[in-house]
Amino acid sequence: MAAVTLKRVKKNYGTTTVVHGVDLEIKAGEFVVILGPSGCGKSTLLRMIAGLEAITEGEISIGSKIVNTLEPRERGCAMVFQNYALYPHMTVAENIGYALKVAGLGKAERMARINAVAEILGLEEFLDRKPIQLSGGQRQRVAMGRAMIREPDVFLYDEPLSNLDARLRVAMRAEIRKLHQRLGTTSLFVTHDQIEAMTLADRIVVMNKGVIEQVGTPDEVYHRPASTYVASFVGSPGLNLLHVMVDRSASCIRFKDGQTLPFEHGQAVLVPDGPAIFGFRAEQAQLSEQIGLTLTPGFQEALGSTRLLHGTVANEEAVIAIPGNGPLDATTSMSVTIPASAMHFFDSTTGRRLG
Amino acid sequence: MEKRATFAMGWLGMAFILPQILLVFIFFYWPTGAAMFWAFTLERPWGGGNEWVGFDNFRQVFADRAYWGSIIRSLMFAASTATLSMAFGLLLAVACDRGLKGYQAFRTVFVWPYAVVAPAAALAFRFIFAPEAGIFSALVKQNPEFWNPAQNGYHAMTMIIICYSWKYAAYCFIFFLAALQAIPRSVIEASALDGASVLRRVFDIQLPLITPTFFFMLVISITDSFQDSFGIVDVMTDGGPGKATELLVYKIYFDGFRGLDYSGAAAQSIVLMLIMMVLTFFQFRYIERRVHYS
Ligand SMILES: Nc1ncnc2c1ncn2[C@@H]1O[C@H](COP(=O)(O)OP(=O)(O)O)[C@@H](O)[C@H]1O
Ligand SMILES: [Mg+2]
Repeated sequence: MAAVTLKRVKKNYGTTTVVHGVDLEIKAGEFVVILGPSGCGKSTLLRMIAGLEAITEGEISIGSKIVNTLEPRERGCAMVFQNYALYPHMTVAENIGYALKVAGLGKAERMARINAVAEILGLEEFLDRKPIQLSGGQRQRVAMGRAMIREPDVFLYDEPLSNLDARLRVAMRAEIRKLHQRLGTTSLFVTHDQIEAMTLADRIVVMNKGVIEQVGTPDEVYHRPASTYVASFVGSPGLNLLHVMVDRSASCIRFKDGQTLPFEHGQAVLVPDGPAIFGFRAEQAQLSEQIGLTLTPGFQEALGSTRLLHGTVANEEAVIAIPGNGPLDATTSMSVTIPASAMHFFDSTTGRRLG
Repeated sequence: MEKRATFAMGWLGMAFILPQILLVFIFFYWPTGAAMFWAFTLERPWGGGNEWVGFDNFRQVFADRAYWGSIIRSLMFAASTATLSMAFGLLLAVACDRGLKGYQAFRTVFVWPYAVVAPAAALAFRFIFAPEAGIFSALVKQNPEFWNPAQNGYHAMTMIIICYSWKYAAYCFIFFLAALQAIPRSVIEASALDGASVLRRVFDIQLPLITPTFFFMLVISITDSFQDSFGIVDVMTDGGPGKATELLVYKIYFDGFRGLDYSGAAAQSIVLMLIMMVLTFFQFRYIERRVHYS
């Protein structure tokens, strides 16, 4: 277990900057998920911590050591790769035990530790197989075993579940979480899947284009997104975002088509007059008899327990979640109410959260 | 997806493949046929066509001590050049694969020797190894016996081995580099994280993963050394001194076109062809196996 600290960490490839001065502190034993779309620099960040990629600027420390110039093997990190990166010519046992062999441990001790790890991961019966003879999930476990056996200070995972089918992914997710509870090793997990992030993380780091948008617990990220980017990326569906004008003297917000929605004064203090972006969660909006927002319905998506009703509010797209059964005449426009506590406001130019 | 153009008129299709067939026929089947014909016949001493002699020519070839000498020399040549060129090719490929500074430039430069035709390379090496003016000239002034490929058979053999290996190392380099680059980067990175040093990674991960290429190169370099050595021997030593550098292919040429023993030379070339066929069969049957990475 070790804390990991990044200070103004930057990465250039030639003239293009892919990580723009990232500051991040990961506490010892914490499980942190880096969440972001493909190409935003998540892997690059992880690989800089592992020592597989040079750091252009800034400083990375693991424990109390600055590791900028240390070789990967001197950093105490173990990594699980997206494609598993197993050694094709070695058996499962040899794959798992390779680090110990390199470290010069005797065969007996090696076998004992390989067996212990294999037992935790349920790989006992596959120890003599080659990676080619394993299923995707089993390979994934071998990759985990190879990382675990070294008892590293830090686990790094680079989208380890993205090559698995949906069911297996959910199962492996739970196992990774259990493993973390058991070992308590500081873990950094990279993914583009927000559900994975929400379910695994102690804290989530949302990244976009090489910049950290928000660091927070899954609850914070979900309930108080720091920017429109986080708001639309986290949650399924993402936050509804609509362009509005705030009118504090009238205690209401005005939509593009002229309709208004009253809002509480508590927020009015923090949200300035003028253009803003208004957001609300699909599942916190309700169909109502009372006067609310007017939604022009479009199409529906059935999800079993709920339905997603896609439509437009003031000619901008919006989605609300409604109970999964019962008749719904989704042809005429309907009224939607949103509790004051579920309203979010963002700056219309920077996209940062207001209030 | 399979794409096939079909021609309504059969003759059009035939017209398209005709040039290829013609080339294969003129440069492969015809000479092979001619060699077969000569190998089993003997020209009558006073003219009047050839006479069928069965395996007589082969018996004569195998009874010839000089022939066995050239077989042994060819094997020695094959073993030495394969070892040298593969070792150097591999060393350079591993260095290039690491992506050290300036490796793109090196990669291009390392490939060049293979593009040099054998006689040109041989000519260059003749100057390099010339006793009076070459790299050994200072030592030769002290002791003329130190380097004298014109009279010392071992020196001559060493010379053609080095020249051939220099050229062939480039060929090995291309294949080894391609094989090394086909290994997923993440596998190498995983071993780096597992604590393996650069050298350890080479021996534990990279070399085992390129063994198929290794065996492929071994067979190819042996078969190639049987035939491609001709230009080098011809320019550098003419098979001499004595017969010290007379390799199989050079002996065929020498017996056939200098000694005018067409039948003997043809029988030798049939034997050489059989040896190469066996090696090629061996390669396809046992070595053309690929490693799977995922
Ligand atoms: N070796 C490289 N050379 C140049 N650009 C690279 C290299 N590796 C990654 N990049 C670029 O850096 C950006 C971030 O890549 P990456 O960290 O792999 O993204 P992610 O893992 O979030 O999908 C991408 O735009 C990618 O094209
Ligand atoms: Mg990635």
